Amino acid sequence: MPTKPETPDADAQGAGVEAGPIIDVRGLAVHYGLRGGSLARLFGRDAGVVKAVDGIDLTLQPGEVVGLVGESGSGKSTLGRALLGLAPATEGSIRFRGQDLATLSRRRLRDLRRHIQMVFQDPSAALNPAMTVEVAVGDALRVHGMRSATERRAKVVDALERVGLSPVELFLEKYPRDLSGGQKQRVVMARAIITGPSVLVADEPISMLDMSVRAKILQLMLDLKQDLGLTYVYITHDLASAKYFCDRIAIMYLGRIVEIGPTEEIFANPRHPYTKALLRAIPDPDPGRQLPRDLPRGEVPDAAAPPLGCAFHPRCTEAVASCGWESRDLRTLVEAHWTRRTPEAFEAESASVGSLDHLDRPATSATLGKDGPEAIKGFLDQVRAEAPDDPIWTGVQTITDEGSGVRVHFHEGVDPALRRAGGVDVACVLYPEEPSGV
Amino acid sequence: MRTLLRTLAKPFTETAGLARWMLVIGLVMTSLFVVLAIFAPWIAPYGFAQASSGGVDFPKAGAPSGDHWFGTDRLFFDVYSRTVWGARTAIEVVILSIVICVVVGVPLGLVSGYYGGWLDRVLVLVMDAMFAFPSFLLAIVFSFLLTGLLGGTVLAVALSLSAIYVPQYFRVVRNTTVSAKEATYVEAARAIGASDFVIMRRYLLNNVVQSVPVLGTLNAADAILTLAGLGFLGLGIQSTDAAEWGHDLNRALADAGSGIWWTGLYPGLAIVLLVTGLTLVGEGLNETLNPTLRVRRLLPVVMTPREER
Amino acid sequence: MSFATSNEPTLEPSSEPVISARDVRVWYGTTRGAIRAVDGVSFDIAPGETLGLVGESGCGKSTLGRGLMGLLPPGAKRDGEVWYDGKDVLSMRAKDSYRLRGTDLGMIFQEPLTRLNPLLRISAHFEETIKQHEPGLSKQQVRQRALDALRQMGIPPTRYRSYPHEFSGGMRQRLMIALALVLQPAFIVADEPTTALDVLVEAQIVQILNDLRRNFRTSLLLITHNVGIVAEACDRVAVMYAGRIVEEGRVSDVFENPQHPYTRELLRSTISLRTTGLNFIPGSPPDLVDPPDGCRFHPRCPDAMAVCATRNPINIERPTGGRVECWQVGPRDQIPSGGTRPLKQEELAVADEA
Repeated sequence: MPTKPETPDADAQGAGVEAGPIIDVRGLAVHYGLRGGSLARLFGRDAGVVKAVDGIDLTLQPGEVVGLVGESGSGKSTLGRALLGLAPATEGSIRFRGQDLATLSRRRLRDLRRHIQMVFQDPSAALNPAMTVEVAVGDALRVHGMRSATERRAKVVDALERVGLSPVELFLEKYPRDLSGGQKQRVVMARAIITGPSVLVADEPISMLDMSVRAKILQLMLDLKQDLGLTYVYITHDLASAKYFCDRIAIMYLGRIVEIGPTEEIFANPRHPYTKALLRAIPDPDPGRQLPRDLPRGEVPDAAAPPLGCAFHPRCTEAVASCGWESRDLRTLVEAHWTRRTPEAFEAESASVGSLDHLDRPATSATLGKDGPEAIKGFLDQVRAEAPDDPIWTGVQTITDEGSGVRVHFHEGVDPALRRAGGVDVACVLYPEEPSGV
Repeated sequence: MRTLLRTLAKPFTETAGLARWMLVIGLVMTSLFVVLAIFAPWIAPYGFAQASSGGVDFPKAGAPSGDHWFGTDRLFFDVYSRTVWGARTAIEVVILSIVICVVVGVPLGLVSGYYGGWLDRVLVLVMDAMFAFPSFLLAIVFSFLLTGLLGGTVLAVALSLSAIYVPQYFRVVRNTTVSAKEATYVEAARAIGASDFVIMRRYLLNNVVQSVPVLGTLNAADAILTLAGLGFLGLGIQSTDAAEWGHDLNRALADAGSGIWWTGLYPGLAIVLLVTGLTLVGEGLNETLNPTLRVRRLLPVVMTPREER
Repeated sequence: MSFATSNEPTLEPSSEPVISARDVRVWYGTTRGAIRAVDGVSFDIAPGETLGLVGESGCGKSTLGRGLMGLLPPGAKRDGEVWYDGKDVLSMRAKDSYRLRGTDLGMIFQEPLTRLNPLLRISAHFEETIKQHEPGLSKQQVRQRALDALRQMGIPPTRYRSYPHEFSGGMRQRLMIALALVLQPAFIVADEPTTALDVLVEAQIVQILNDLRRNFRTSLLLITHNVGIVAEACDRVAVMYAGRIVEEGRVSDVFENPQHPYTRELLRSTISLRTTGLNFIPGSPPDLVDPPDGCRFHPRCPDAMAVCATRNPINIERPTGGRVECWQVGPRDQIPSGGTRPLKQEELAVADEA
């Protein structure tokens, strides 16, 4: 039975690899301008900015496997693409062996991609349907100036053998549509390793494959790492495979790293509430295990208008006063209350509360109600009595009368930075800076 | 040899139902005219502007006879020969104009769709303006301009026909490029270090030209009609330069009143048959190549009796 | 062949099954011949029970789900019996089976957005669904029913007049479940309802499905490729391979003590938090136009015997309840002499791998 190989020491990687990180990301941000509705588009106006990646520091040591784990919209794929210069950095730097990608010309950047390669999530989409396996894999060499077709063929045969596609003759002339999912992913891997890269960014390489094939592809990646001394960035939403595969794991949420550290430590002592939630939510084939009831509610919020304070606070079960409570959380609270009421009660209450639409504009204080302060206070008390432990109440500072309703003031929130906490770095107000020397 | 046969049999083996018969009948009709066009000098007994043979003048507007199967017209020309030679003119003009369309429209659409931005906006605006213009009027304007410049040659007419159809190729290629460039394989090509030119040439081109053959055949049918229309109006190719069906129809107009039916019937019939043939090929191809219309030839399901398990 | 329900422990052994499928086959045509996507499948589902249907892609689990609903690709043929409320759904007239769909048999799909009309408000979706099957209801009653269904899925009534695109992925899936539940069907087929969702949202939907069987008497056929989901949301599991259900029984029982080598290997190859080594099943599922003789798993089976390559395995009772078809389990007395020696497997190359 194949087992997880020991991580080779950085200095055992052999000649050609200088000391120090192979990739060094500092303060990286990737922002995209959003096109608004049809009217805004007609006038060419931008509607806002999505901070897909927002201030990330990450180093990659040679021979290491670093996992980027998160849900959709966490920016993990954008970060991976930025490492190849496929997503332009808005701010910050990415250094590959000391060379800043942002300062390179387009031509030099293309040359550099020989050393950093990528494997994609959907192997069916990652291969040109009009190219045979031989042409597709060989094209990586062709774009880097290898003119001779026979030379290319020899290299292609070698690469296909390395990824386990043998006998090679059976595959050279095949089109992607003739191959199974696992075989296509092997072809994609062959194309990635043929230029002799030192870093491989694998973006969910097994998530589109069948259960019985996933382990094979993961094993192949481990073998390739062993044989070719590769360094991996493994992007996934699946903590189970990350646990098996990675040396270090960075948990990402809405463009930020919220927790990063050695795999064993992350799994043994998850610190960030988001990490804990992810770990508990993984469906496990053990029928004795039951899903916990107190999982985070809601979904990943819109990255164009992220929550104030900590981005995870609206879903967090451990949130405290300083997490950044705001008007939109009030709306969620009231709407959640209405899902527990009968339609008649809802009609009556919503008439006295009025429209909630003004709450969508994020602010640390919000007005509510149109039938007088007393009515709305009574309503809020009722909501509170229903779920007194809802963390939003820790964030409510005061409720004052205003006009025909009330104004709810929230505590000012803080946006937690990554801080050292017992072997890992966590961005959460629950883990303040450790005293120095620990 | 076997692969050649298999390729030739493709329209039959890879289609089903109505699409198959449209394609096969259309191909037969079209290839008949292609054969006429290629072998015109051998098939036609006389030249297209030949009024006498062996020193003997042809009869003026003579009825069909053993010597002149389709009769002769008022200019003493043999109608049968002119109909055959007319196929050559039609095919020449159509092929030339389609080639020009593809050579101009496809790269333009590819570049416009791939880069986007202001270049794309300007090109789309220009092409849409041309597309919105009544196409026959556009052809008339262009053939006026071009025949003045190049004379009444095949090239001039082909160019003016291209002006009508280029926007269609541009639009089809540009729109498929806009969606195809978002595909992962394009990003993958960028990830291996491919330049924009390589991506367009080796990754996008093959995947965006798939609708061009259908468009080409359907346009060819339309082009035959436009060519005949131009000829009928007396524009384009003159009858002494080449035989052209539309032009012959124009001259036959006067004959119809005096009971001379043969000068109009045969060129007209040729136009109808060729246009029908090309349209059938185009629609057949469309139903076969277009995945949203395609009906695959499924083998009927016959359930075997149950076996004891 | 007897398929008495007595040997299948259900939640309430006394109750009649809601749905019982008997020897169902669904074949559909391709250019190469008929694909035997479902080839002789039988099962029962009791009221309020959730049956998980697992297997690799291409094993026929989705085709089976759609076949039960009468949704089949053109040119497909099916036979066998599916009994619901004393009637055979498969031999019904098209009009009757259409009436059954929605009110009695519901369906939840993987991609909720493709099943919702982007131009219609959520309210219109509910009104149309309810009016079609219960035209007698007043507008107020329709609204009441819809809001109730939404509430149970945790969708606030303030969103009743929204359009589908204004909802997030998880919300849309809740909408689909609410739309399926609003007619209170006795039986629902859920085809990979969580596959397109994020981990945390997936867990929420699994919770909802869990509550479904607890709070309603709705029976569920949950089609998934994720054995983890089955463990968490199902009472019983049916493992499908190459168009056949090869093993079926209580989830805890089957997962702790798998009898069929395929079930065992599928569980072993699943990467979970407890994975310490990578295991995989060699080869790939067979081409269902021409499936292998005998047991369809024998070319990939590590335990294959000589008899497996020639004779169809017999569907027998599992030692601890449920059913299994594998010669390793039995019946021993039906194996011809010499049939138990190990089958010499040809080396499986990557060439035939999935």
